[in-house]
Amino acid sequence: MGKERTDLLRGTLDLLILKALALEPLHGVGVSRRITQISAGAFRVSFGSLFPALHRMEEKGWVQAEWRASENNRRAKYYRLTSSGRAQLRAEERDWSQVVKIMAAAVESA
Amino acid sequence: MRSRIGSFFRNLLRKGAVEQALDDELKSAVELLTQEKMKEGLSHPEARRQALIELGGVEQVKEEVRAIRPGMFLETFAQDLRYTVRILRKSPGFTTVAVLTLALGIGATTAMFSVVDGVLLRPLPYPQPGRLVEVGLDLPGINQFNWPLCPADYFTFREQSRTFQDIGLYYTGFGASLYSANVTGVGRPEHVPALGVTDEVLPILGVTPLLGRSFTRADDEPGSSDTVMITYGYWRSKFGGDRSVIGKTIDLDGKPTTIIGVLPQSFRFLGMTDLGVLLPLRPRTQRGYNYFAVARLKPGVTLAEASADVARMIPMEVQGDPAEMQSHRLNWFKESRIGPNLQPLKQYMIGDVGKVLWVVVGGVGLVLVIACANVANLLLVKVQGRQQELAIRAALGGSPGRIAGGLLVESLVLAVIGGALGLLFAYGGLQALIALAPSDLPRLNDIGIDRLVLLFALGVTMVAGLLFGSMLPLRYAGVREGTGLRETGRSVSASRERHRARNALVVIQVGLALVLLVSSGLMIRTFQALIHVQPGFTAPAEVETFHVHFPPEMIKAPERLVRMDQAILDSIEAIPGVSSADFSSAVPMDAGAESGPVQVEDHMLQGQLPPARRLFWVSPSFFRTMGIPIVAGRDLTWDDVLNKRPVAIVSENLAREYWHNPSDALGKQIGNPKAWRQIVGVVGNVYDDGTSREAPATVYWPITDADVFLGQPGFAIRSARAGSQAFMSEIRQAVWSVAPDLPLSAVHTLDYYYRNSMARVSFTLVLLSLAGGMALLLGAIGLYGVIAYSVSQRTREIGIRMALGAQREYILRLILGQGTKLALIGVATGIAAALGLSHFLSSLLYGVKPTDPLTFLGVTIVLVIVVLLASYIPARRAMRVDPVIALRYE
Repeated sequence: MGKERTDLLRGTLDLLILKALALEPLHGVGVSRRITQISAGAFRVSFGSLFPALHRMEEKGWVQAEWRASENNRRAKYYRLTSSGRAQLRAEERDWSQVVKIMAAAVESA
Repeated sequence: MRSRIGSFFRNLLRKGAVEQALDDELKSAVELLTQEKMKEGLSHPEARRQALIELGGVEQVKEEVRAIRPGMFLETFAQDLRYTVRILRKSPGFTTVAVLTLALGIGATTAMFSVVDGVLLRPLPYPQPGRLVEVGLDLPGINQFNWPLCPADYFTFREQSRTFQDIGLYYTGFGASLYSANVTGVGRPEHVPALGVTDEVLPILGVTPLLGRSFTRADDEPGSSDTVMITYGYWRSKFGGDRSVIGKTIDLDGKPTTIIGVLPQSFRFLGMTDLGVLLPLRPRTQRGYNYFAVARLKPGVTLAEASADVARMIPMEVQGDPAEMQSHRLNWFKESRIGPNLQPLKQYMIGDVGKVLWVVVGGVGLVLVIACANVANLLLVKVQGRQQELAIRAALGGSPGRIAGGLLVESLVLAVIGGALGLLFAYGGLQALIALAPSDLPRLNDIGIDRLVLLFALGVTMVAGLLFGSMLPLRYAGVREGTGLRETGRSVSASRERHRARNALVVIQVGLALVLLVSSGLMIRTFQALIHVQPGFTAPAEVETFHVHFPPEMIKAPERLVRMDQAILDSIEAIPGVSSADFSSAVPMDAGAESGPVQVEDHMLQGQLPPARRLFWVSPSFFRTMGIPIVAGRDLTWDDVLNKRPVAIVSENLAREYWHNPSDALGKQIGNPKAWRQIVGVVGNVYDDGTSREAPATVYWPITDADVFLGQPGFAIRSARAGSQAFMSEIRQAVWSVAPDLPLSAVHTLDYYYRNSMARVSFTLVLLSLAGGMALLLGAIGLYGVIAYSVSQRTREIGIRMALGAQREYILRLILGQGTKLALIGVATGIAAALGLSHFLSSLLYGVKPTDPLTFLGVTIVLVIVVLLASYIPARRAMRVDPVIALRYE
């Protein structure tokens, strides 16, 4: 169901993941749930996209992974935003609002 | 960046740990999701199933993550490589055939390329070779081209030129009577190939001596002391590389001569091999149009500008002549329409041999394409058999890219193994090629496998691998879950679609094979036509020939020389088994005969130059020894020769040109008006330029007419023993009994020159036939493979047909029809391609048109028979199918 809705705009996935991790460290499933939550159920990220994205961010040093006990005492891999990850989040937020402003202006003028 | 490189190595080195962590992470994700579902009230198994569905397949997610990890590319590659090795080892038959096919194709192409590289591509071994030009003259008025210069030209060009930085004159001799010198006084007397140069030649070529000094202008002055430079090879063999050789004196043609320099090992001059000594040319003591010139252009000067400059200077060269001589010569310049002939030195050296080489390279390249098509075909069969495996890999999470990559790696591995083996083949083949090459192939010594050739082989290998590899993934990487698995059950016959690629490959193979077979067929027809032409002499294998060179001071006593030549002849005729012998200025077809204008008394042309004729100076029995028939009149006699009677003999075509009937030529006067000679005999035509050219109109003068040839005559002996070592040593003894220690050179049978005249044709013929044979074999294998495979796929269908009452003949026709259709399409394509391409051969052909219908027809028949045979074998197998077994089978 809703396959189209999970096909996020290219580039917005990173922003959403960074945003999801801004509050607290989360494991993969947690990130997925948090994104659904903050988007009020509009976005559902497939794990086939989510995990590669998390690993890519880890390679880039935006997030750091560590194994921890989960809410029900299972071991899970948690991702935590690093300082460069926070900087990236701010940059992407800025870019995004820029895009939104431009797009809104463009659409209204038409 | 550093952290990225670090993680690259971490991923690579701690691959196990990284994999483990990924596995753990996904396992925990599955558990988290399962628990989530269980909280919603699902049973554990159902919750787990839902969790896996939501995750979208653990292996797929892993593959996606692996793909973004740095270093994963190498890891994937290594995995594919291991897998490939396993696959290839599992089917040694397939691997052997594929690798051998590729090795043959790549090896042949590489060997041929190294010849092209050594002969055509590599720059001349001189600094700034692009500025070096060969300077000659064209005289279209008397139909003479690339004439040598005379010393006056050299002095004029040297002093007056605006475009040459420098110009030097050199002398090599002509044909088989190459310039050479007798060396005595050190060890055994020797006859060594020599080169005469003015002092500018070595500096123009940028050659500095290894030891001692080069020539200076003083060495070129008449009357200066005699000096010589020796080549590296001669220095090593004659003087054992003794460094104190500079300043030593050797006897050259009887004159004490000082060694002033040793040339470096790298020194090469044009195509000359085993050059021994370099002598000052001393242009002031020389005369006649006998010398070639090499010049270095000033920077930025074009060939056209230099040509214009030479054209301007040519008339200036008469200024040193007496007044009445000047107007005579200028008149001759006008009538002969004398003009410059400047060529880049490299082009002058290579000549038109490039045509032959490119044709052969093209042929060999086609074989490589056919080999690639064959391997692609084999791979297609292979992959078709592995469809189930590929489908499983796709279902288990192999992305199309990953599967395609794997198949490409397999192709490349095959290509690399084939290429490596091919390089070995090339090393071996090159020796054979060099042995086979026509002797006029320049720079033969420079041929070898160098960096450029290795690079070429690597390039060809990679292109070949990608070529046949890229045909596979396009079709098979697309196999998605389900389709591949489903299709392999108890199925209907293979669809047309699946055979299209293989059929196309077979058509290409058959077509290209036809092109190659037509080319070799045309060469065979050319060879036949050439052999068919009677060269003008008979049984050339029974004529032994050699040259002797008397020391220059003896040439000043022609009476003594002619007696010595005669004495040598007498002594040779006393050898058992000799039926006839003679001496002459040149041996037919040895490229040593001269040309010059000959006037005819009753056909004097006013204000026009007489045409140049081929000229021989001969002793009596020249015609008997060569087996040239006397058409009218008589042979020369010793009385004619010794008493210098004004007589001459002409060839039949010359006689017919003027008097229509050979016997009408007898008694007519020819030569020049100041000293007419009477024609006493007419002899058969001789193809002195090789049988592929017209026989030149020829005049034979008594040899006593030209003293110079008495000093360096070519002897010819007719005997059934010709060509044997024992016979030659008896001849040597006979010569030395008259003139002790006189060295013999250019020892060859007449047949050697005859075969040499066809060397280019036979070289092309042998190589194209080899290529054609390989193409035919590969094409037949390709077609056999396609039909055999299709029969094995259609076994069930054939069984059903037979069960329903189809006759065996019908099945045979069905399968043969399939092969015939492919073959005919291939043949049609091939004929079209061959018609388009065969004109590239036309300059090599003789007596046959590039579109020769007989060749096309013959080749087509041969090809069709072979491919029918190739499809008949599997067709017979199909005919024997037992319906009961066929239907139960699979």
